Order: sequence, then C-alpha cells, then structure tokens
Amino acid sequence: MKALKTLVGGALVAATFSGAAVAGPTVDAVKAKGFVQCGVNTSLPGFSAPDSQGQWEGLDVDLCRSIAAAVLGDASKTKFTPLTAAQRFTALQSGEIDVLTRNTTWTLTRDTKLGLNFAGVNYYDGQGFMVAKNMGIKSATELSGATVCVEPGTTTELNLADYFRANNMEFEPVVIEDANEAIQAFFAGRCDVYTTDASGLASYRQTSAPNPDDYVILPEIISKEPLGPAVRHGDDEWLDIVAWSLTASLEAEEKGITSANVDSLKASSDPGVQRLLGVTAGMGEALGLDEAWAYNIIKQVGNYGESYERNVTKKLGLDRGINALWNKGGLMYPNPIR
Amino acid sequence: MSRLTPPLPRSDANKRPWFLQLFYEEKTRAIIYQILVTGALILLGWYLVSNTLDNLARQNIATGYGFLSLEASFGISESMIAYSPADTYGRALMVGILNTIKVSIVGILLATLIGTLVGIARLSPNWLLRQFSGAYINTFRNVPLLLQLFFWYALINTSLPKPRQALNPFGDTFITNRGIYTAIPEYHVAYWWMLAAALLGMLGWWLLRRWAIRRQQATGQPFHHGIAGFCLTLLAVIAAYLLAGAPSAMDAPVLQGFNFKGGWNISTEFTALLLGLTIYTSTYIAEIVRSGIESVPKGQWEASNALGLRPGQILREIILPQALRVIIPPLTNQFLNLTKNSSLAVAVGYPDLVSISNTTMNQTGQAIEAIAIFMTIYLSLSLGISLFMNWYNNRMALVER
Repeated sequence: MKALKTLVGGALVAATFSGAAVAGPTVDAVKAKGFVQCGVNTSLPGFSAPDSQGQWEGLDVDLCRSIAAAVLGDASKTKFTPLTAAQRFTALQSGEIDVLTRNTTWTLTRDTKLGLNFAGVNYYDGQGFMVAKNMGIKSATELSGATVCVEPGTTTELNLADYFRANNMEFEPVVIEDANEAIQAFFAGRCDVYTTDASGLASYRQTSAPNPDDYVILPEIISKEPLGPAVRHGDDEWLDIVAWSLTASLEAEEKGITSANVDSLKASSDPGVQRLLGVTAGMGEALGLDEAWAYNIIKQVGNYGESYERNVTKKLGLDRGINALWNKGGLMYPNPIR
Repeated sequence: MSRLTPPLPRSDANKRPWFLQLFYEEKTRAIIYQILVTGALILLGWYLVSNTLDNLARQNIATGYGFLSLEASFGISESMIAYSPADTYGRALMVGILNTIKVSIVGILLATLIGTLVGIARLSPNWLLRQFSGAYINTFRNVPLLLQLFFWYALINTSLPKPRQALNPFGDTFITNRGIYTAIPEYHVAYWWMLAAALLGMLGWWLLRRWAIRRQQATGQPFHHGIAGFCLTLLAVIAAYLLAGAPSAMDAPVLQGFNFKGGWNISTEFTALLLGLTIYTSTYIAEIVRSGIESVPKGQWEASNALGLRPGQILREIILPQALRVIIPPLTNQFLNLTKNSSLAVAVGYPDLVSISNTTMNQTGQAIEAIAIFMTIYLSLSLGISLFMNWYNNRMALVER
C-alpha cells in the first residue's frame, strides 16, 4: 500500500512539475555536469576526426572546445558524440547533445521547422563532385546517367536532385548512412561520382583515397553551404554563448591575438583588446560568464586563423579562400564585441 | 492462539464507517487497486504526451502529418512504383514500404528453401554433407547480421568489375558491381495469355491430384499426379505462347554512358541485403527443421521402412507432415525476424522503409511522426505474417478424431 501511495503521489508530483523539471537552460545544465556535450561528424579529417591517440581534433572540434573554455574555463571539458548526418538533428532536439558542431548547413527549414537555431557560420562551403580521373570527365554537365554516392539526410542529397532536375540530367543515387561506408563504396567503384561539400571532398580525397591523384574534384560548385554550430530553439542564453564564442575567436584573429601572445596583449592599450580579454569588465558578465571567457578561448584553443591553419590548411591543403577575414577579402566578419 | 482466549469483540469492525468497511472487503479492494493502477498508467501516458508536446512547442517544431504531401526532392535508387524527386514524402515512404515487402518476401522464400535443405542435410547419413551443413549453420548463425551485410556488400563492390569491364557469362547477361543486368522479353500480350494458361493448368493439376488421392484411397493404385500435372501445366503455357503469336523480341541491357540501360537488373544493395538476410535466417530455419524431424519418433521411420517405402517417400509423406507441427510455430518467428531485420538495409544503402523514413524525418524534422509511421507498418507486417502462419498452423495441426 505504501508503494502504491508513493507511485500515485510520484506521478501526480511529476505531472504537476513537468514544466519546471525540463525548463532549465542549457548553460545551467552544462555548468552542473561540468562539460559541454558536442555532436560531431563521425569522421571528417580537418573538421572532426579522432587522431592516432583517439583525441578528437578539427575545426568543428576546436569550436566545441572554445565553448567549453568560455563557459567552464577549461577547453578540455568536452565530450563528443559522433553523429551521422541522419542522426544529428534528433540528437540535438532530444537533448542528447548541447550543441551541434558538425558541418551543418544553415537552411530555412532547419532554422524553422526542425526547431534549431544557428549561431553563426564557421566555414563557408559549397557542394562539389568528385570522380575518378581515368573517366576523363571535365565538368559536372557530363554526368547525366551517372551513379552518385551521397549521404542521406543532407542538403547535399537535395541539391543533387535539384541540380540534375534543373539540367535535365538523370542520376541514380546510392545512399549509405555511414559516411565511411559511403566513401568506401565510391572508391570501390560502386558509384561514378561522390558528392558532398567541397571541403569534405578534399578531406576524403586526401585522407581516405587509395591514391589521391587518381581522383579529381570537378570545377562546378552547385550550392552555398554555410556551415555553422546549431543549438535547440528556445534557449537564447545558450545561443548567445555559442555565437559569441565563435565571434571571439574571429575577433581575436582580426586583432592579431594568438594563443602565444595573448598574455602579453593583456597589457595592450587598445580598448577593443581590453574588452575582449576581460581587462575591461562587462562582456563576460553580459553573457553570464566569467570575464576571462574570451581570454580562455584564445589561450587554450587559439584564434580562428590558428585553428584553420592547424586543421584545414595543414591537413587538407585548402587555403582560406572565402573563409578569410572580411578585411582580407573573405566573408568572416565578426560582429563587434562591445 | 489458545482456544480458551475469548474471541475478539466484533464491535470494533462494526464501528468502522461504511466506506472503510467496504474497503476491507476483498472484492471492492481488488476493484480499487485496478482503478488506481489504471489511473497511474493514464497519468504516466498523459505526462509523457504533454511533456513531448510542450518540448516540441518550446523548440518550435511543428507536429502533424501535413509533411506527407510536401515535395520530397530527394532521389531513390530503386523503386517498384514510378518515383521522382518531384513526388511527395508520402510516395517516397510508399516506395520504402514496397521495397521492404519485396526483400522480405523473396528473403522468406529463399531462406525457407535453403533452411529446409540444410536442415535435412544435417541429418543425412552422408558424413561430408552432414559436417558441411553443420559448419554452414554454426558459421552464419554466430556472426552478427550487420557484419554479414557489410561483408557481402564489400565483397560484391570490390570483387566484381565496373560496368565497362562487366563479366559477360552468357548472352545478354552482365555482372558488375552495380548489379546484375539481364535481357527480358519485351512486353507482349502473349505473356498475359501464358499467365492465364498457367493458372488454368494449375487448377487442372489440383483437380487431378484430388482425383488421384481419391483413387488411391479407394483402390490403392498410386497415380503420379506430380509429373502429370506439371506436364499438363507446361503444355498449356506453351500452347498459349504459340497461339498468341510466339513473340521473341527481347529487351537487352546496353552499356550507355556510365551504366547499363534497359533489360532487367538486381542492384548490388538488394543482392547484399538479400544474401545476408537469407543466409542468416536459413541457419535458424535449418535448426528448426532438424529438431522438427528429430521430434518425430524413431518408430515412424522404422514402421515406414518396414512397409517398404523409399527414403524420399518416407521423408515427404510420413516424417515432414508430422514434423511440420513442431516446425511451424518457431518458423513463424523466423519469418518475423527476417522482416524486421530487413531494417538493417540502411547500412548497405538499400532504400527500405527505415532508410527512407530516416531521410524524411531528417529533412522535415517530423521524427515522432515518421517513427510512428514505420512502427505502425512493421507492426502490421508482423501481425499479417503471424495471422497467416497461425491460419496455416491450424490447418496443419493434429486433427483428433
């Protein structure tokens, strides 16, 4: 009887307080558990892939570490959940991860109907095609009738269908959920073409191909793919933190602050630098964080340029291109931190 | 308790208010408990549903099935009905359902066939055959299906040539790592006539069989209704073919650009999935068949031997009909497993129900709705199979006279 009372009472209490029990903002949950849970790509060298010691590394991984540095003061307080393209949104919606830092394209549908909010762009990309060199194909317009390997649940899959429809060409898709399986099927000759974002093509060609020189990336870029971190809709505080963590690493590059010189630049007379590094208080408090939030990011992870150099340039040989800062001819334009 | 102790005064119980008295009655107490438990379940259900709706609303995720009529705009590699990216999500899901049903039916038929043969071979007096089927069962039953799928898929992809170097074993048949392509007859009305003739022939076969059985029961004279019926059906089909104009035009696959076009083809993904499902399930079916046969008392073999029946005849006429009663219930389970295991298709890129639902929920964000749809479909498929198998089981059950 006592057990029964407890059961009924429990159900009533749970029902009454159901609203309150789940309404805690993400940042509180992150502080309470002591780490940031990030959803990352299962394996995309340059963006997120485990190294030989099993440590995650890459541009997207660095972004996750930046958020941990800003919120918890320690860039190592992260945990990574590798997600396929088809798993990622459910993982975020259901609260399995705090933030999705997994080369995800910012689109209208995702921003609205999928219940996500995008916190900026950390890589401007576009979709391309890769084929075997010995097929002698020079342009995507020659691809009619081809078999195309693509990851399901991506914008890539939709753009692919759009592109072939728009150009009155036919194609046969082979959709394999796991990116590694899909790229292996391509290298085994199951497909004539592999399509994904150009950075992904470069990554797979460089790191997975039996011989990178046997494959070419066709010149056509058929879409815009602004890739950025996403959070759940309805938690503005957390959205701000993620957005401004990304901005801080861009701002640091613009101001010439690196992990090496950040300590000495604390003495800088530039008021912008002083605000960013928390020498002048206010910015951290506005985000509900420690004043050293940006200092921690720069000191522990480095600015955006350092991260790009370390991960994308060195590993994949991709130069900055449109991912350069705005004052160097690129699209990266950090909003003012003031 | 000593008998000398005076009985407790009952006045206590009588002093209880009427509702407590009611509560201490066993019958009413049972009812009260049931109401409480049901109430708790309803509360729990209500809590889950309202919590889900709250969360969805807070995250600004729309609910409902409206998305089914939106344009899907993704491609699907193989489909039994016409499909293009301009069709709706509803149609895309239909393609997935049909693909699931297709691979399940073909898989069930093949797995039953192979499983029965291997199960019988397991009991064969031939040492080599017995050991070989034992090894087959133990190997494929103990390796996880998912790994087997990866294995078959990788094997086909890497060991078979690309379309331009296609193997050409005979005629217009080509084997590539994209699939097997072969010529099929071009559409002609004659094929409908042949189908009609085949059905008619089978009806004749059935009547013949009934007559043969009745005759044997009456006179003891056997009649080879199997061979006669088969010849009858074949003759009818050939006659229909000749009378309808004997069409011979073939639709042959031709290498055009990247791939073979035309003809009939089985894709690599379908083949890999079918191989995996069939082989995996056939090992379980083999063990079910083996144990079914072993469950028939030895005396049945000895008695039939004594009657002078041939071994094949004993198996067919005496042993298997009795074994079936033991075999069918666990066999039903294997059919259900095969159907449900086909959802692993997503690993090898076969566009089954789960694969297409996953894509749909990812593109629309309607995770709960999409999962509800495919849970409903699998539930219906499973209940359908078990209804059919229960009907069959009842037919085969021991009729007690």
